[in-house]
This record gives sequence, structure tokens and C-alpha cells, in this order.
Amino acid sequence: MKAERRRAWVVGVIAILVSVAVFLVPFLFVVLQAAKSPAEASDFSFSWPAKWQFAQNLSTTLAASDGVLVRALVNSVVLTVCSVTAMVLISAMAGYVLARKQSRWAPLVNFFVLAGLIVPPAVVPTIWVLQKLQLFGTMPGMILIETTFGLSFSILLFRAFVNSVPRELDEAAVLDGAGPIRLFAQVVLPLLRPVVVTVIVVQSVFVFNDFALPLYFLPGSDQVTAQLALYTFYGQSLSFYNLLFMAILIITIPPLIAYIFFNRQIISGITSGAVKG
Amino acid sequence: MFRSVASRRVSFAIRGIALMSLALTVNGGARSLAGVTANPVTISLLAGGNDPAALKFATDLAAAFTKANPEITVKVNTRPGGTDGDNLVKTRLATRTMDDVFFYNSGSLMQALNPDSQLVDLSGQPWAKLLTRDFKQAVSTSKGMYGAPSSSTFNGGIMYNKKVYAKLGLQVPTTWVQFISNSQKIKAAGIIPVLVSYGDTWTSQLFVLADFANVSRQVPNWSTMYTSNKAKYSNAPALAGFTHTAEVFNKQLMNKDYATLTFVNALKLLATGQAAQYPMITAIISNVVQANPAQVNDIGYFAMPTDSGTPRATVWAANGAYIPKSSTGDKLAAALKFVAFLNSPAGCGIQATSGTVAGPFAISTCKVPADAPALVADELKYQAAGQTGLALEFVSPIKGPNLEKILVQVGSGISTAQAGAALYDQDVTQQAQQLGLPGW
Amino acid sequence: MSPAPELAAHEAVTPVTHRPRKTRTWSTYPTWFFVPTIMLYVVFFALPTFSSFYFSLTRWSLFSSTFIGFGNYAQFFHNPQLYTAFTHTLIYAVITSGAKVVLGFLIALLLTSPIIGRGYLRAVVFFPVLLSTIGVGILFKSLLDPFHGIVNFLLGSVGLPQPGWFTDPNLALYSIAGVDIWKGVGIATLIFMAGIVAIPGEYFEAARIDGATSRQMLRHITVPLARGATVTVIILSLIGGLRSFDIIWATTGGGPGFTSDVLASVIYKQYQAGFYGLSTAGNVVLFLLVTAIMVPLSYVLNRNQVDL
Repeated sequence: MKAERRRAWVVGVIAILVSVAVFLVPFLFVVLQAAKSPAEASDFSFSWPAKWQFAQNLSTTLAASDGVLVRALVNSVVLTVCSVTAMVLISAMAGYVLARKQSRWAPLVNFFVLAGLIVPPAVVPTIWVLQKLQLFGTMPGMILIETTFGLSFSILLFRAFVNSVPRELDEAAVLDGAGPIRLFAQVVLPLLRPVVVTVIVVQSVFVFNDFALPLYFLPGSDQVTAQLALYTFYGQSLSFYNLLFMAILIITIPPLIAYIFFNRQIISGITSGAVKG
Repeated sequence: MFRSVASRRVSFAIRGIALMSLALTVNGGARSLAGVTANPVTISLLAGGNDPAALKFATDLAAAFTKANPEITVKVNTRPGGTDGDNLVKTRLATRTMDDVFFYNSGSLMQALNPDSQLVDLSGQPWAKLLTRDFKQAVSTSKGMYGAPSSSTFNGGIMYNKKVYAKLGLQVPTTWVQFISNSQKIKAAGIIPVLVSYGDTWTSQLFVLADFANVSRQVPNWSTMYTSNKAKYSNAPALAGFTHTAEVFNKQLMNKDYATLTFVNALKLLATGQAAQYPMITAIISNVVQANPAQVNDIGYFAMPTDSGTPRATVWAANGAYIPKSSTGDKLAAALKFVAFLNSPAGCGIQATSGTVAGPFAISTCKVPADAPALVADELKYQAAGQTGLALEFVSPIKGPNLEKILVQVGSGISTAQAGAALYDQDVTQQAQQLGLPGW
Repeated sequence: MSPAPELAAHEAVTPVTHRPRKTRTWSTYPTWFFVPTIMLYVVFFALPTFSSFYFSLTRWSLFSSTFIGFGNYAQFFHNPQLYTAFTHTLIYAVITSGAKVVLGFLIALLLTSPIIGRGYLRAVVFFPVLLSTIGVGILFKSLLDPFHGIVNFLLGSVGLPQPGWFTDPNLALYSIAGVDIWKGVGIATLIFMAGIVAIPGEYFEAARIDGATSRQMLRHITVPLARGATVTVIILSLIGGLRSFDIIWATTGGGPGFTSDVLASVIYKQYQAGFYGLSTAGNVVLFLLVTAIMVPLSYVLNRNQVDL
């Protein structure tokens, strides 16, 4: 037991040191750059700012272009929450049935899943479809697009992990008189919590960080998303690397907060999976 | 947040109704073309990029226009620059979702927008007859004239620091040999002789593109032969641009950080005299105006030196403002007003203060202001002497998309000038085939 | 385009049930659960994609198209950069997905074992995933700047050579792969963690009672039973690697010259150049290539899957 404790310490300390070098130093670099003066920031050196002007840079960046970053963050959060919610529900349903039973439609879904991973979106024809549906350039249209392009990854994960839910549970629930919706929503889905959390985290990050799809499908400065705002900012602040890094910091913070919040969920979600096993 | 989605839906429904009513009142829309609209209108304007200069120009212009026309509000949108921007413009046009007015290049890039089917013909506008012949040609097809100038013309060649030249007692070179010997003297003095900024890959092309007026001086119909698959970059005289690019690398006449330097930082080095010469287009002088205002007039311009010693300046036609066919009714009337304003005395004033004066204007209503950057005077000397020629992109539809990458290879010693030129000829073949040109 | 039947065959291998059920069977796992998925795919994916396949047979300027048969395909295969781009694609995909599988598994193992600072480590490993590609591009261009970046500063201060990470033609592709791994290993780790903790604890208990060493448990319990996760990570990261270009685009743009170009970036550049038909043809070729690699692979990987 004692040796195990010591091992936990030694390995843990080494891992922490490595993680600091590999993951935290870059993050610290972003923070330091964001606190510098333009002249200092432009030479990229990893140094403490001569004069710490973090607050000043923060307010300048937030106020830039009528507060475009704040608007963009709100838009991105709306887009992310809506499309990930839709994605989780739809893909859990599909992945669950796909893993549980052989159906005539399964080959079609499987084909779409793989094709969806491999084939990049065809921009112009997709715009035509959106225009026919009167959804082009609207947030609902964008949500449907992000949902569709996130389905493949999510279904793949659900399909892979549904098998870890013992089939006997289904049978027991059915014997108890549960219908298919109750079986899915009240028995299976709660047991898939680790996967649900994984899908939420990964897809939220993906949608939030997506650049190409909103560029084409959600034009207009009112509906700008966080990444588009950052890109615009990149073009506009070639001489102001401090503000650019501040912008990176600002748009990384919502996912960071969400992740820190979800981190407990992930861990408890994952451990609940273990207990259930 | 759900409310905002719902409200978008609602506003969408309203927009649908508005569209229907618009369809019912086509005549009303046509009447408003005469310019008697008192109803408030909002039009959108797509800036020519997302760099500070492009954005400032668009917003200042929009503000001045609304001040003169309080019933019209102009909303400014931005887009990526470079090829990302080209794509976005094409996608928006093809899907009929373009802003009511947009700024874009003239010449071959504009021709690739299929102007006859996508853009509003402006040849009947009152200002159209005041345009220069070069500009008219750069925004016209056989069926119509589609653009108004939104900037001055500008040149390509060498931007140089006059103070460094004076300090070292150098003369403006006319032959390539003089250019190299000047550069070697500059290097000996501990100053960067030639700025190379592959951190922005497009800047690699200038030795080739800005040499074109020299090519067309030697072979006047080179562009026609090029378009019909008879002239190649692998052969003289066009090969010179490639060999010059390679020579600067082989003689190590460029800055050490050539692979990562960005053009914004390169301009700072040039303005402050840490570097002496920069092969560039003069349009980017606006960045110096913003970043190093005190040094703007230290920067001069000379045309790309040649082997024969009789260089001509390569001229780029002005960029244009265009109106898409998707802009109709009151919005079209407002857009036309806006485009006219662009070249009114007030608009010229905005072009001079917020835009770029990097050469003569393309319309007689706008005059080069007395306080224009010093290098404009250098450009006008070539103009006065008749020693200019249009850049290739205004006289041929072909430009291979990989020129900048190929020249980075040539200018970094990854491939030779000859191999680079041959590769570019292949690239050009691909472009010509994609355009469906005869003879390829 | 024939993955469907094979995959279906594999699905049939994991049997639904052995004993005949009553008529209720069909309603336990209702087929209509597929309806939203299929609707979304058909409308927003299949329709646009198949119409774009038609455009791969045309010269397409977005405004008009001319049918030219297989001309675009012929031209795509004549691209002088095609061969190097193809090699780069394979190298890049194998390196990134290999590293993500191995590192992701090791890190997941570490983060599911009792060590101190586990909560912190779990959070920090995922941090790069949160950064956007554009952000990562800007960040690493700064960190790996040959003259001013911290990495070369540190290397220089201990007397090691200071390479041009993104500017040396022989190094650029590998530097980008490194950045890709840095950014993507968090997702692999997350999937592996979910897979490892899903293994019922009784297996380990039983093994421990039998006196198995931790190495034996790793080899005979963890590795085989986390196979579902492994397969998922391999498939996702390999497809991602074969198709990847966003990090390449954000760091080197395929350069210097063409030295870090992959197929996806060559196709993207054709798209940018306005060669819409040609780039669509390229996408079809890339699709077929990825399918040719992935379908047999996913068949083999899934066939040997251990059913928990």
C-alpha cells in the first residue's frame, strides 16, 4: 500500500511537471502577450510585461468595432447550445438503434455516417438547399447545418458505447411494460451518460470553434460568430498582437468555463459508468 | 436566447412579406430610380477586406455618405482578403446574397465574376464618361461597364528609402546590374538591401508581376500570345522575373527572417531605414501612413530595373465599387447614389484622407492632393514620360493560382528559376483549361 | 461507395438475439428513431453532395457550368504536386493518428489510475482542444518563430540547433503534425478514459485475487476491453488525418512552397482558385481514397471487437 502511495505521488508529480511545460506554458504565453504593450507583444518573446496593461487591453478589445466580440460570443453560445442539444438527441437515438438491431435502414445510416466523416460539405449546393427552405443566413439554418455535420461523429460514439449497456436491462424494462421511448429515455440514455457528456464536450468545442461553415452559411455582421470575429480581428490587428492575443483569450474563456464546470460532470459521469458496469 | 431565435424567425416572415410586396410594386421601384426616395433605406456595403485600411475607408465613406443623405443608412460588412475573399465574393454573387455595394479588384478578378449576369450595368451613369480609358477597360465586357473606381491607381516596382540612398550616395538604378551593385553596397553598410516577406506569401510575386511593363515593352503583344498559349514564362523576356527572384536569394541580399517576416513589419523596417529596398505595390503605402506617419515621405519608388536599362513602371488599375443584380428597388437607387458619391468631391476627399492615394486617379473628378505620399510624385514622373504599362492581370484573364508558392520556392532556394518558371507554365495551363480558353 | 453492405454485415455479426422473440421485437428498437437522422442527412448532406458530384464532371464557375466528362479527373491526376501531396497525406495521417492512439491511451491510463493531481491533469490535457484552429495557428507561429519564439530561445540557451520549425522545407510537415497531436490528443484521451472506466471493476478484482500484476491486467483486461474506444479513436483520427488541412492552413498554408501540402490542401487551393469543378473532382478522389483505406480497416477492426 505504501509503495502504491509513493507511486501515486511520483507519477503524479512527473505528470504535473510535464503538463505544465506542454500545456500551461502556451496558455501562460497567451495571457502574458495579452497583457503587453503593442511593441512588446510584437516580438513574441516569453517575458514578463514591462508594464502590466491587462485591464486596459481587455477594455480596448471588448470595445473594438462596437463590441463585436461580445455579440459574437452570444451568437456562438446560442448556436452551440442549440445544435449540440439537437445533435445529442438525434444521434443517441440513431446510434442506439444501430447498435441494438439489424434493420433495413441501418446500411443507409451507416453509409451516411461514414460518408459524413469523409466528404467535406459542398458549399454552393448547400446554400441552394438552404435558400429553397428559406433558411439561408438565419440562425435556425445554421443550427441545422452544424447538427447535420456533427451527427457522424456522435453516432459513431454512441454506436460504439451502447454495447456497454447490458441488453438484459432492456429486456427487464420491456417486461416491466416500458414502451420504446421510455426504455430509451429513462433506461438507456441515463446509462450512456459518459458518452453523452463526451459528445457534448467534443461537439460543443467543435461547433464553437468552427470557422468555415458560418463563414459561408451565416453571412452578415449581426450574426458574426466568435471565430469569424477573431479572424476579422486578426486581419485588423497585425500591428497589435497584444489585442489579438487578448481576443484569443476572451473567446477561449467561455469554453474554458464550460469545461471546468463540465469537468466534474465528465468525471462523475465516467465513474458512474464504472459503478454501473 | 431562444427568444432571439424566435425573433429571427419572425423577422424572417416579415422579410418574406416585404419581398412579396416588393414584387407587386415593381413599377414603384423603377420610379424610385429617378432618385426621389424619402423613405429611410438601409443598404449594406462589403469592404474590400478586413485589414485596418479597408475597414476605415469603408466606415468613413459610409458615415460621410449618410451625413449627406440622412435617409440612407449604410451598414459596413467585412470579408477576408486574398483568395478566401475571392471565393466569398463569388459564392455570395452566385447565390444572390451579395451586399448592395461591394469593393473588389478590377481586371481579370472582376471578369471572373461573370459580370454580365451578376452585376448592374453602370455605363449610363452620369460619372461614367469621366473615367480613364484604362479603368473603363478594366471593368467592362463587350456588353457593359460595371464598376466605379474606389481607389487611385497604383504601381508595382521597388519602394526604397530615400534617406538610405542619400546617405550612401546611391543613384536610382535603371539596369538590373546597377540594382545588384547598389544592393551590395547597402549590405556592406549593414543595412538590409532587399526586403523579402514570405510571412505573407503573396508578396513573393513582385519581381515577376512588376516586371510586366518591361516584358510588354520588348514584346508588345506578349499578353495576347500568352492568352493563346504561344508565350511562356520559361523563355525570355518573361523569365527575367524568376531569375531576379532567385538572384536575390543566391547573393543573400535579403533579410535573415525572410521566411517569416510579414509585409506590415517589412514596411516598418523600410520606413525606419533599417532596410533600403522592397519590391512591392505602392498601394500598401497606406500602412506606412498609419504606422509610421513621420517617415512616409522618406519612401520613394522606382520601376523594376531591366537588363537593357530602360525600365517602365507597371501600373495596376484602380479597384472598383460594384452593385450586384440582387440589389433592387429602393436599395438599388440608394446603391447608385452611394457609388456616385464615391467619386464626388466629398467622396474624393474621403479617398484622399481615409483611403489610399498611391498614384493618379482613374476619374477626372478626383485629383491627387498636394500632401499625397512622396512616392506618388515618383510614379507621376513615369506617367509624364509615357513609360508605363498595365499589369498582366488587366490584359489577360490567365493567372495561375500557385505563382506565389512557386516564387517562394524560387526565392528560398528550394527550386531554381528555370524549374520554377516551368512549373508555373504548368500551373497556367491548368488555369487556362479551367477557364475553357481556346488553344489549350 | 459500397461500405454500406459490408458494415451492415458486420452489424449482423453482433447478434440482436438468439432466441426468437415475440412480435414485440420490432417495437423495442423502433426504426423511426432513424427518421431525424436520415432526414437531416438527405436534405443537408446527400442532396448537395450528389449534386456536386455532377459538377465534378463540369467546368464550373459557380455562375455557369459546361459538361466536360472526366476532364477534371484527368487534370487532377496531372497535377505536378499530386504525388508529393499524396505521400505527405499518408505520412501525416499515420503520424498523427498513431501518436493520438498511443499517447491518448497512455494518458488515459494515467488519468484513470490513482495519482495525485488527477482532476487538474484531466482538465489541462483537454485545454488545447478548446482553442480554435485559428488561435492555435497564431499561438504556434509565435512560439515556434525561428528568431523570436520561446522554443528556439530555450534550445539556443542550452546550445542546441534552432530549426525553422514551419519554414524549413524538410521539417514543416512534421512540425504541423506535432501541433495537430498537441491539439487533438485530448479528445483521444477522453474517449479512451470513457472506454477504460466502462470496464467492469469485477474483472480487475478477480485478476488481483488471482495475483495478476498490473502489467498483466493491462495486457489482458484493459487493452482488449477498451477495444471499442481504440477502434473509435483509430477511425476518427485516421479519417481526420487523411482529410486534415485546417491546422496546415493556419500554420504554413502548405508551404514553404509546396513542402507541407497534403491532398486536402491541394484541393482547397484549387477551390480557392475558383476551379470549382476540379476541386469537386479532387474531393471525389479523396473520398474514394479514404473510403478505400477506411472501409476494409473498419471492417477488420470491428470484426474482432470484444463484446462486453
